[in-house]
Amino acid sequence: MAGVTWRRLTLGVAAVYFLVPLAIAVWFTVYNESRGFSLGAYGRIVSAPGFGESLLKSLLLGAAVIVLVLLLALPALLAVRLGAPGLRPVLETITTLPLIVPPITYVVGIANALRGGTDALAATPFWQTLISIQDENFPVVLVLAYVMLALPFAYRSLDTGLRAVDVRTLVEAARNLGASWPYVLFRVILPNLRSAVAGASFLSLALVMGEYTIAALMGYRTFPVWIVTVSGNDGQLSVALSVLSLGLIWLLLLTLSGAGRKSK
Amino acid sequence: MTVELRELRRSFGGTVALDGLSLTIEQGELIAFLGPSGCGKTTALRCVAGFERPDTGAVFIDGADVTRVPANRRDAGMVFQSYSLFPNLNVRDNVAFGLRVRRRSADERHSRAAELLELVGLGGFGERYPHQLSGGQQQRVALARALALQPKVLLLDEPLSALDAKVRVNLREEIRRLQLELGITTIFVTHDQEEALSVADRVAVLKSGRLEQVAPPAEVYDRPATPFVAEFVGTMNHLPGRVSGETVEVFGQTLPLDGTAPGAEVDVLVRPEAVRVTPSGDGRGFILASSFRGSIARLRVQLDGGGEVLADVPGHEAVRLAPGLKVDVTLVERPVLTAPRTAVAAPVEPVG
Repeated sequence: MAGVTWRRLTLGVAAVYFLVPLAIAVWFTVYNESRGFSLGAYGRIVSAPGFGESLLKSLLLGAAVIVLVLLLALPALLAVRLGAPGLRPVLETITTLPLIVPPITYVVGIANALRGGTDALAATPFWQTLISIQDENFPVVLVLAYVMLALPFAYRSLDTGLRAVDVRTLVEAARNLGASWPYVLFRVILPNLRSAVAGASFLSLALVMGEYTIAALMGYRTFPVWIVTVSGNDGQLSVALSVLSLGLIWLLLLTLSGAGRKSK
Repeated sequence: MTVELRELRRSFGGTVALDGLSLTIEQGELIAFLGPSGCGKTTALRCVAGFERPDTGAVFIDGADVTRVPANRRDAGMVFQSYSLFPNLNVRDNVAFGLRVRRRSADERHSRAAELLELVGLGGFGERYPHQLSGGQQQRVALARALALQPKVLLLDEPLSALDAKVRVNLREEIRRLQLELGITTIFVTHDQEEALSVADRVAVLKSGRLEQVAPPAEVYDRPATPFVAEFVGTMNHLPGRVSGETVEVFGQTLPLDGTAPGAEVDVLVRPEAVRVTPSGDGRGFILASSFRGSIARLRVQLDGGGEVLADVPGHEAVRLAPGLKVDVTLVERPVLTAPRTAVAAPVEPVG
């Protein structure tokens, strides 16, 4: 009985802590003392120039980051687990590094590399490549930077998922029954890692949808950068934007976890 | 289909798992690889499955060298020690997994899966998921899955070790029945000597990556080739004896030698069932402990000169032969094996 009481109490306190500020924020966006109740703030967001464009850009960046992070982390994790368990601490340390380096350092590093690269490659065909990865409409260079940032979260999510299944036995059973390595990866490992993959994807997406420093300093107009630019000194609008992007992230989370649970 | 292991060597870091293992497994034979953990039995099996590659040596299946063939093209069905069913697939899809990999039609997959589930006594379980099955049922499904592709050889890697004693006995008999019915060449890895002796056509006893003896169960038990085999398979008493010519003197009895003795002062190896215990006021020892096992009782007899002897007597004699009773110990008149004298047996001194 005491357990149930404690659980309810904890849940209640947490709910108050999270929901009260949120409710106040929502109230602030829809109620104004002079004009009364109105959804005008949300209307202003959607009609503001650059809304759809920057949102789409961020979602595309997010999708690219998810694909790349999974392609990097999953095979690496499997290879270490199956072939070289002794290297696990090394991999763990490497994937923690991006958390230690401050974003501003990335920006300086990337900017320097791009500038130096532009000079060095000016006379070669690679110059075009260097320019195209900085394309304002789909900055590949930002994808690469975000992959680095997302790696620690994706790695931990996948590692936890892999810990819950006996990967070695499943792989060997599948190999024994004639499955090729790609078949093992896509038809045996992935289906049993659905929730871990969904978790890694969500964390990566949330990171992309919320990252401001790198994008802003490098001069790209992603959704978070657009939010800051457009809210300006319109208090109601900027809070409405926060509420909206929070709602958007939640929606994506529900979609992803729904996809993760589907096959059970 | 025969399986031949030729001079297999494999080491992991500094540990030698296989040290020149050579063995031929005949068509339709069930051979048990028996040995303590670390003896190389599982490594040998994994070399046949293709999960390990020997450092040197070769594996032949049906006359073809498969040493370099990847695991997914070996045509060997395997049942693992731990539960290995795919948790996201139901029982039918688990059994049909190999057929699906080979792109067989859904009709063929379903009928073959149903047929195999019937064979392992799980007809009607096709729609269940692995987590809804008991351990024994999961291993049956794993067996059906391994057999679905009609492999040339069946590999069993301690498939029963995670199961309850009762299920274990039932399932091992069932495995043997199926194996005989299908006539499939089978390697059964186990550390349980009773399991090996009860199901195998031949038992291969391994120690430190080397073959100690390979022979039918009765021969391994009755005529162990080495002291290690004698010790590992069944229980063996070490009694000090003195060799003279073709005989050995032990406990005041003169028994014929089996094979040649390693010296004059030897350990005579005697099974508990070859030791007779009779109540006697001026006997050479007394009963220290008795453990009743139904059909027999195992007595631990403390000898007056130091040392102990284990003896199996018929269960109904257990009441008469109670702990504390002064007894005499004699050996059944049969040729006996000898081993070099060991320090372990030293306290056992013959009396009289």
